[in-house]
Amino acid sequence: MMSMLAVEVPYWGQSLLRVLGGVVAVLLPAGTIVYVFLFKMMSFMQSRLGPMEAGPYGSLQLVAEVGKWLQKEDIIPERADARIFKMAPVVVLVSTFLLIAVVPFGPDAWFTNFEVGIFYALAVSSLSVLGILMAGWASANKYSLLGGLRAAGQLIAYELPMVLAVIGVVIQAGTMNLQQIVVAQNSGSIFGFDGLGNPYILTQFVGFVVFMIAIQAELTQAPFDMPIAESELVSGYMTEYSGFRFLIFFIGEFATAGVFSLLTSVLFLGGWGVPFTWFGWTDVDSVANWMNVAGPIIMITKMMLIAFIIMWVRFSSPRFREDQLQRFAWKVLIPVSLGNIALTSIFKVVL
Amino acid sequence: MSLTDRVLGDRQRLAYIASQAADVRLNVELETEGMTLNIGPQHPATHGTLRIIARLDGEQVVWAEPSCGYMHRGYEKLAEVRTYPQVTTLVNRIDWLGSFANEVPFILAAEKLMEVEAPPRAQHIRTILFELSRIANVSLFLGDLGVQMGAITPVFFAFRDREYVLNLIEGATGGRFHPNFDRIGGLKDDLPKGWIAETKAVMKKLRTFCDQIEDLLFGNEIFQSRTRGIGVIPKDIALQFGLSGANLRASGVDWDLRRDHPLPMAWNKADWKVWTHPDGDSFARCWVRLQETREATKIVDQLLDTIPSGPIMAKVPKIIKVPEGEAWVSTENPLGEMGYYVVSRGELGPFRVKIRSASFNNISVAPWALRGVYVPDIITILASLYFILGDIDR
Repeated sequence: MMSMLAVEVPYWGQSLLRVLGGVVAVLLPAGTIVYVFLFKMMSFMQSRLGPMEAGPYGSLQLVAEVGKWLQKEDIIPERADARIFKMAPVVVLVSTFLLIAVVPFGPDAWFTNFEVGIFYALAVSSLSVLGILMAGWASANKYSLLGGLRAAGQLIAYELPMVLAVIGVVIQAGTMNLQQIVVAQNSGSIFGFDGLGNPYILTQFVGFVVFMIAIQAELTQAPFDMPIAESELVSGYMTEYSGFRFLIFFIGEFATAGVFSLLTSVLFLGGWGVPFTWFGWTDVDSVANWMNVAGPIIMITKMMLIAFIIMWVRFSSPRFREDQLQRFAWKVLIPVSLGNIALTSIFKVVL
Repeated sequence: MSLTDRVLGDRQRLAYIASQAADVRLNVELETEGMTLNIGPQHPATHGTLRIIARLDGEQVVWAEPSCGYMHRGYEKLAEVRTYPQVTTLVNRIDWLGSFANEVPFILAAEKLMEVEAPPRAQHIRTILFELSRIANVSLFLGDLGVQMGAITPVFFAFRDREYVLNLIEGATGGRFHPNFDRIGGLKDDLPKGWIAETKAVMKKLRTFCDQIEDLLFGNEIFQSRTRGIGVIPKDIALQFGLSGANLRASGVDWDLRRDHPLPMAWNKADWKVWTHPDGDSFARCWVRLQETREATKIVDQLLDTIPSGPIMAKVPKIIKVPEGEAWVSTENPLGEMGYYVVSRGELGPFRVKIRSASFNNISVAPWALRGVYVPDIITILASLYFILGDIDR
């Protein structure tokens, strides 16, 4: 990435630039655009206009929300475990930020080119539930506690199908490096036809569906939003939070949805790339330099598509009960994803 | 110096020890596996101030009891110091979602005592407005059902389409929520011009709304898995607890006051069906209400075609004095049977009014129905039993 700048930047400077780039890349697209786009989309689904006052067509709604929440009093309940209570939202947000670090945005536009990128991404994504559990326990509130415990149960149930769904992709691509997974999809071919590359949504459709269901649960979005369950548990683990800390949870929820959409588009939709045969590229080194600019735009488009599906499901389905969710995860999703792995392995060996 | 070191009377000392023991009990309670969850009085699911005390073992309810009275407004007592025409202002605030329907049984009881009967045109319009308030009430229930289960979209559809009905009620009566339109001996006014054509158009919209809700919610597998077989209330239990309305019909009892009870209203002039469901679970209760909304639109459509001409007020004196006597009139309100027992001593106002509202009985079955269910099911069962807080506490 830094070779593009044609100046020598010291290592600490590179790190700083990357952190800044990460903040910009996470906060701007994953926060603002996702937030405004989804609010508008949700409003139109519900036959209403949505935010209209802040900025043209409510486009500055996020800024207004941040301003509102920052003014509010930061309440810590008397019986709460104050230190853990304060840490919890940060832990949730940090897991989102750690996740963005491995997502590639272009042939050279990545933060870290990790050999075990997807392994790392799945590992740090589990951290957010740690934060939720901390919030639930430290709030000293029965609703929060129930919410936190539900979240923990949900994580254990859904982390497994998520990992198993990704294994199919890893087998097919032959690598855990996210950059190489993107390249493998765009330079690949389906049974000799290479006009579309090989986006794994086509060849790994079962894995894609399982992964989407699992991230829906991971994000605690309806139909798997029991940890929040506003009609039962008030706000679940967020019940006692107010002001800035609530804002972190609230924005974190949308940002995490955005980051998981990025991850899904990398794994199943070909990430930043276009099919390489369109421009006669053969591998990642021959990709034109302008893809470093076009790549992020393509990524954001695909992210919006996935986020749209996530939110579409979220706003149109009722929620499961906790035991039904567990039954669904263990009896349906895990066998299906195991079958998917077996099939993928057979095809990999045969073809 | 601690409290025990002070010179205390024996009674005080005993009281102190008792309070300490209570604290210990509380601590022991928190240490054990069971947990007492206080749902309400301020809780998003109770849409009002109902408190449910639930004793939990993990997420399973061992014992639950609704505790009402937080919204008691003393209407029975207030009615005693009002004149008869003034009481309708009070009582249409009982079930605030279907307020016109609250006025009707009281007015009918007063008319019964005075031995007057509203002219046929007034009876027709009364019935139409009664059914419109039922539609306004139950359509919001159908939307709210989704919210209780985490689907937030249906409620916006419900609010959108209920608005049309409220506009109709406002057009005819002048009040969206609290029409206060019913008078002893008839109605305050006739229908405005163009109202009938508009009502027919709105009824068509409401039928579309019912289809939408059926597709969006009732056809949803998650919704079905959350409601089918949950909170089953068998026939005999439903009768023992005095359930009424759709809750009773969902338990398989074919009972509808509109059909069974001869009242000076126009229901028998329309062709409609009383829906029952054999299951008695949450799904059945919701389904029966959905069908009732459809039937109500049909009733309104048919009655609009057959409104007779004539006066809208019977001959009643300017100052209404109800002769001595007692009368009980109940109607099939949106929530169930609602009745007024009016005792008159020949004065300007009633001597005593006893209000039988449906929600109080409907919520009474909750401790029975909530045993052994999971916490999320508390919400769905209560939602399907459908109560309005004002209707519970009066």
